[in-house]
Amino acid sequence: MVTTTTALESELLEIAGSVPDPELPVLTLQELGVLRAVHVRGADSVEVELTPTYTGCPAIEAMSLDIERVLHAHGMRDVTVRTVLRPAWSTDDITAEGRRKLRAFGIAPPREQEASGPVSVSLGPTRTLEPLHCPHCGSTDTELLSRFSSTACKALRRCLSCREPFDHFKEL
Amino acid sequence: MTAPETAAVATTAALALGDDALVLSHRLGEWAGHAPVLEEEVALANIALDLLGQARVLLSTVGDEDELAYLREERAFRNLQLVEQPNGDFAHTIARQLYFSTYQHLLYAELAAADGPFAGLAAKAVKEVAYHRDHAEQWTLRLGDGTETGHERMQRACTALWRFTGEMFQRVDGLDVDPAGMETAWLESVRAVLHRATLTVPEGPRTGAWPAGAGRQGVHTESFGRMLAEMQHLHRSHPGASW
Repeated sequence: MVTTTTALESELLEIAGSVPDPELPVLTLQELGVLRAVHVRGADSVEVELTPTYTGCPAIEAMSLDIERVLHAHGMRDVTVRTVLRPAWSTDDITAEGRRKLRAFGIAPPREQEASGPVSVSLGPTRTLEPLHCPHCGSTDTELLSRFSSTACKALRRCLSCREPFDHFKEL
Repeated sequence: MTAPETAAVATTAALALGDDALVLSHRLGEWAGHAPVLEEEVALANIALDLLGQARVLLSTVGDEDELAYLREERAFRNLQLVEQPNGDFAHTIARQLYFSTYQHLLYAELAAADGPFAGLAAKAVKEVAYHRDHAEQWTLRLGDGTETGHERMQRACTALWRFTGEMFQRVDGLDVDPAGMETAWLESVRAVLHRATLTVPEGPRTGAWPAGAGRQGVHTESFGRMLAEMQHLHRSHPGASW
């Protein structure tokens, strides 16, 4: 199927994409990579495709409401936000700018996985990814405190050089 | 197969997987305020949240998610008996997690690879469940190969829950997977983890002796009724209430 994006759709996509993430307001939805498409259905009617980071992520409802709000403000009377699961979101969908902002915010960004394939499970070292850097001092000498931190998407770590604890946005 | 029959088997499968996720989510949620350390409280709640998200997607394909969760009677639930087992001590919860997350990870990996009705959810959830499985495996090693008390409790838990593990590999209508192949992979993985954790692989039977079946047929264990009473109480007492 060939889909073409109109100028209006691109404009609306940009507006919806500028909405900050409700959990990590340093990131926009565009930088998080969760906004899939905008389809204009009529003169002032629009459908937005949004994908959740995690299946159970409660932020998706706040995101939907925020998207509806900004698009209403832009003259769209009828806004439908549809949740799509395929293709599954991956932390590789976070943009380079998004990663930079996460690091500046004190969260170690997820590492690129493209080369290493899907999340694999095995005992011992699970994946050959580049080393993780402490977002405060840049040291690679860090330890895992808990696989699950304040939200499911993050792990809690501690830097052994500067002793600061930090969140790591886990690769998914 | 005619269209209504196809829909019926998809419903059977969605209820089975959705109920597994919902019931285990509730059990893990019971740890809130009681876990041995704060990090684990957060971890178990996060795993519960992942499972709840999966349950919502699955149950919504069958009907109204709230009605299904809060207004069904015990016999209408199709979850495995394993996931309804009480939390017990932390070792019990970890053994339950090890057995179930290994199964769920294998199952979702197969469903994600096939192009059936569950491929979209499975492709997403398999990545989440990989972390649940890793969490359970690491804790099994730590408890099993740790102190004498940890070892003893972990062994007791693995043995106690062993008889609920056969049910996972019953064929479920509408699930395009190979249960025998999954069972072989499951046994291989769980045995390897238990060996490394210096634990003994339990030897007893892996299914109950009830001819009526088990959770997939709506036959549940005693504690499930009490769990449902707590889970459904608020919704039944205040129908339609909202914040």
